[in-house]
Amino acid sequence: MIPQFVVEHSPALMVVVPLLAAFVAPFSGKVSHAARAVLVGGAMGITSLLALVLASDVYAHGTRIYVFGAGSAALAVPPDSGGIPVRIVFAVDQMGALMLVIAAVSSLSVIVYSLASERGHSGLGNFYTLFLLMVTGILGMVSTGDVFNFFVFLEILSIASAGLVAFRIDGGPAVEAAIKYFVLSTLGAFAILIAIGIYYGEYNALNMALIAQRMQFTLLDKVALALFVAALAMKCGAVPMHFWTPDAYSMAPSSVTALLVVASQASLYGLFRVVFSLYGVVLNAACVGWFVIVLGVLSMVVGVTMAIPQKNVKRLMAYHAISQTGYMLLGVGVGLAVLGNRPFLEAFGYMAMEGGLFHIINHAMYKGLLFLTAGAIFYRVGTYDLNRMGGLGHSMKWTMVFFIIGALAIAGIPPFNGFASKLMIYESVFAFNPALSVIAMVVSILTLASFVKVFHSIFMGPVLPEYRDVEEVPLPMLAGMGILALVVVFFGLFPSLVVDTLVAPAAHALADRGMYIAAVLSGGA
Amino acid sequence: MADILLVLDTGTGFWNPVAWILGAAVAGAIALLLYALGERGYKEGTPQEEPFLSGNPEPGGGLLHVRAGNLYWGFLDAMGGYYERLVSLHTGDLHDYVLWYMGISALFLVAVVVFR
Repeated sequence: MIPQFVVEHSPALMVVVPLLAAFVAPFSGKVSHAARAVLVGGAMGITSLLALVLASDVYAHGTRIYVFGAGSAALAVPPDSGGIPVRIVFAVDQMGALMLVIAAVSSLSVIVYSLASERGHSGLGNFYTLFLLMVTGILGMVSTGDVFNFFVFLEILSIASAGLVAFRIDGGPAVEAAIKYFVLSTLGAFAILIAIGIYYGEYNALNMALIAQRMQFTLLDKVALALFVAALAMKCGAVPMHFWTPDAYSMAPSSVTALLVVASQASLYGLFRVVFSLYGVVLNAACVGWFVIVLGVLSMVVGVTMAIPQKNVKRLMAYHAISQTGYMLLGVGVGLAVLGNRPFLEAFGYMAMEGGLFHIINHAMYKGLLFLTAGAIFYRVGTYDLNRMGGLGHSMKWTMVFFIIGALAIAGIPPFNGFASKLMIYESVFAFNPALSVIAMVVSILTLASFVKVFHSIFMGPVLPEYRDVEEVPLPMLAGMGILALVVVFFGLFPSLVVDTLVAPAAHALADRGMYIAAVLSGGA
Repeated sequence: MADILLVLDTGTGFWNPVAWILGAAVAGAIALLLYALGERGYKEGTPQEEPFLSGNPEPGGGLLHVRAGNLYWGFLDAMGGYYERLVSLHTGDLHDYVLWYMGISALFLVAVVVFR
């Protein structure tokens, strides 16, 4: 049904379509609002479709290599290049495909939502330009097989994100949040650029697979590893480098915040790609694994405890995003810590990684949903202050239902998707270290307590006089939330389907460094 | 096939959401049965529906709603020492953000070099 040409060139097209649409968006707005809506909605729909087509192709046939400027993937390493892949190469394995699925579903829901939530605001041409550039950056980061292109896409993402964080200027705080985000992102990107320079100086290569093949783990490689891991851990909001997260998440428009969650996860993907695919068993997996685990535990505990006293619903949710990132770091960190120990890896390492990766896709769905519900509340009542809310369950019933689904999922309550991934993490991490599992469970209880407070504050109680005329949000906003809510419920009811078809292949692809290197350097699966 | 679709293997156990939902439905049916056997003197649209506040009239203007700032006061008070330290770390100062980032980078580098 999908033309072979489209399937063949989907890696390039899924980046080109949003990139071109980004620069056409301001002009389309000159025609009419409807023309712009058709353009950005259509472009995002096509991009999501392309990403899903590519992901399904990868799951069906194995790693896809796409070489820009060459007729076939077999020319990834040109015959006259001395064994070096000199062209720009996209390498999408099952891990990358999993991230493509996350980005496609989330971005599509968010754009549908934003067509209603942002209507009536000024500067929408610029808004959608930056929004589509964010999508371009995310898709590029999870598709590229080249460290320098990873840096380029990371920069596209960071610049567009900073612009959108500051987009609704709110007497200065939004601009301040954007500056903080931008300064830290630039420092992180600078560190990554130095690391890339180290690789290039040592191995004469920028291709990840070739660097991995030639990796010696010299002192310089350790410096590069530290620069890469710290920068990407900061970008994904790991404690104690998380301070920018509540600032940026709370000030950005809610549709942007939902996409910032996916952007953070693209950085998490980068972190995993570096430690597993670039270094793998070459590094001291136990040391780096424990470092990731400690970051994960700190993120879980500090994130959730800082969320409880918050009065601003978006700051509260931002701290929960940090806390949930901790689960992902914990699960994958345990897998990394036992990477060199085959029996442990088989016994619980893979399961921990699968739990961590499953939690990434679940988190993107329910946290995106929760941020969209926060945006829906703001759309009607004009405040994020929980102390000023109450009784909205009488008038915003659908938003309340979507909030309940998201809140129960993030708290790990069955049968929603968050429970399934957390259960996998609890049980596998318990086999590694019971104390870590107990901490994870306590954090879930605190998460539930925090969201009970939010639910009560926003939706329960009598109708407040100032909100007597509040109505439900427009249909496109409900549709955006509905897509994510459906995914949350479906993944909760059929977790094994998701784990077996999407997550387990991704975890094995991530752990199998040799397969990644062979696939890229031979031109595909 | 049904097992593959419905039962999630967690390594040391398993999870079947559909069985859980069926169990929850049975528990809900029992709860509904008990509820149906309860007080039969309830009449809609009578003063029985109004809250009883020790004989005082119900305050209006949203005063009945317990606001977010009043929730979990006991928990936050009991954890006061912890929060005093934790909140003070969140200064909002960009210099501190950068210092934490640099510090963790340096710490990780030392750990990677030392623990080879």
